Amino acid sequence: MSQLFENRSFVVPGDVLAEGGLRPGENTYRLQGKIYAARVGLVEYSRGGVSVIALESNYEPRVGEIVIGTVMDVDLGGWRVDIEGSSPALLNVSDVLDEPFKPEMVLPKVFDLGDVIVARVVSVSRDGTPILSTLGSNLGKVEKGRLVRMTPSKIPRLIGKKGSMVNMILKETGCQIVIGQNGIILVSCKDSGMGDLVVRVMQKIESEAHTTGLTNRIYEFIKEIKEKEKR
Amino acid sequence: MNTAKRKLIVDEVRLDGRKFDDIRPMKIESGVLPNANGSSYLEQGRNKILVGVFGPREMHPKHLADPHKAVLRCRYHMAPFSVDPRRSPAPSRRDTELSMVIRNALEPAIFLERYPRASIDAYAEILEADGSTRCACIVAASVALVDAGIPMRDLVVACSAGKVDGEIVLDLDDIEDKEGTADLPVAYMPKLGKVTLLQMDGILSPEEFDRAFQLTLEGGKKIYEFQREALKTKYAKQVEKGEKGSVEQV
Repeated sequence: MSQLFENRSFVVPGDVLAEGGLRPGENTYRLQGKIYAARVGLVEYSRGGVSVIALESNYEPRVGEIVIGTVMDVDLGGWRVDIEGSSPALLNVSDVLDEPFKPEMVLPKVFDLGDVIVARVVSVSRDGTPILSTLGSNLGKVEKGRLVRMTPSKIPRLIGKKGSMVNMILKETGCQIVIGQNGIILVSCKDSGMGDLVVRVMQKIESEAHTTGLTNRIYEFIKEIKEKEKR
Repeated sequence: MNTAKRKLIVDEVRLDGRKFDDIRPMKIESGVLPNANGSSYLEQGRNKILVGVFGPREMHPKHLADPHKAVLRCRYHMAPFSVDPRRSPAPSRRDTELSMVIRNALEPAIFLERYPRASIDAYAEILEADGSTRCACIVAASVALVDAGIPMRDLVVACSAGKVDGEIVLDLDDIEDKEGTADLPVAYMPKLGKVTLLQMDGILSPEEFDRAFQLTLEGGKKIYEFQREALKTKYAKQVEKGEKGSVEQV
């Protein structure tokens, strides 16, 4: 039950985080009674467990998550969607139109190659292929807006505690933001200047995700730029 | 080439002023290529190496995909201007073999089984070559893999040792490699204590081998600190840059 690092200190893969007792959480693994880090990040010890908040990660789809992806292929009964994970996601007709597939359906009329869509992960098959669905409110084809990319592990930082960060950004900028858990964020604003601001805010969050007091700093940052823009 | 053989060691000091157990001056940077998922740039003596890592992503061509785990593909390539005289840019037999050697050295450190059917691609480009490039590539590639957010058991460090003028020395440079009598590249996972690469060119007695192997382990520990530092400074730097950016623009 020994902690070998201070809470929230920087670790790289292979660092021994704890010996015995604790439960290995995210981005860690256990080998011969020791718990090691598996990604770069900040170590976090909590009740009975130890995990690493990854500073770099790739997207591992989980059921229920909202993702944003690009249609990369139109198949017979559905689409293949690039959600920037380790394998492309499948989107079946029955998960889009809420009716079974009929041969006379023209799939490219619904989603065509290169279309950007917002979808929900409804299941992940045994080989890791995510199955998507666009049934539900606010899901489906994206008509306009801009896409911003972020390391997927930093998405929780963008949302903040109970949405504190994203709600603050929404309030301050008046833009619409759809967050894909796969690290793609859709920003749509009426005012393109505000759009630029949101993109810069995202970049700032991405590079400073591991620092404390970020929400306040971002608030100041937005205010500062808005002041300058007025002048 | 000089016909008269140069002395490579004078008064226990090597040509570039190092002692027997010194590694060359080193610099590693991570996250240097914005379009790669992970990347690193390494300088070790006159070696200059750039590594980009892509993936895990869908495997193309598909028949190479493994349904049980991800496949790591490595490319070791020396730029035409990396050596004198100029070298053909086409991959040589040596490049192909070193690509395999690097892949085998890195594979045990990666949780490949987490990404069935996917591929992870690491491209190492030698911009300037100065001996022990396979070791330098492994060092740089393991930093780039971590930077790509690929789950790893440990970093992989690599260092060479060899026999020059009858002495066992650490981290051979180009001249020592070519004119020395033995070369022993070793790669290992420092925290897990597992060797992932062990090759030997030339002849070493069992005692000499032990000495050389011990030297590479010590050299690896020093290199490990550079790797750690490279991964850490990326985040320290980002904060600096972010704050500066907020003042500069607008």
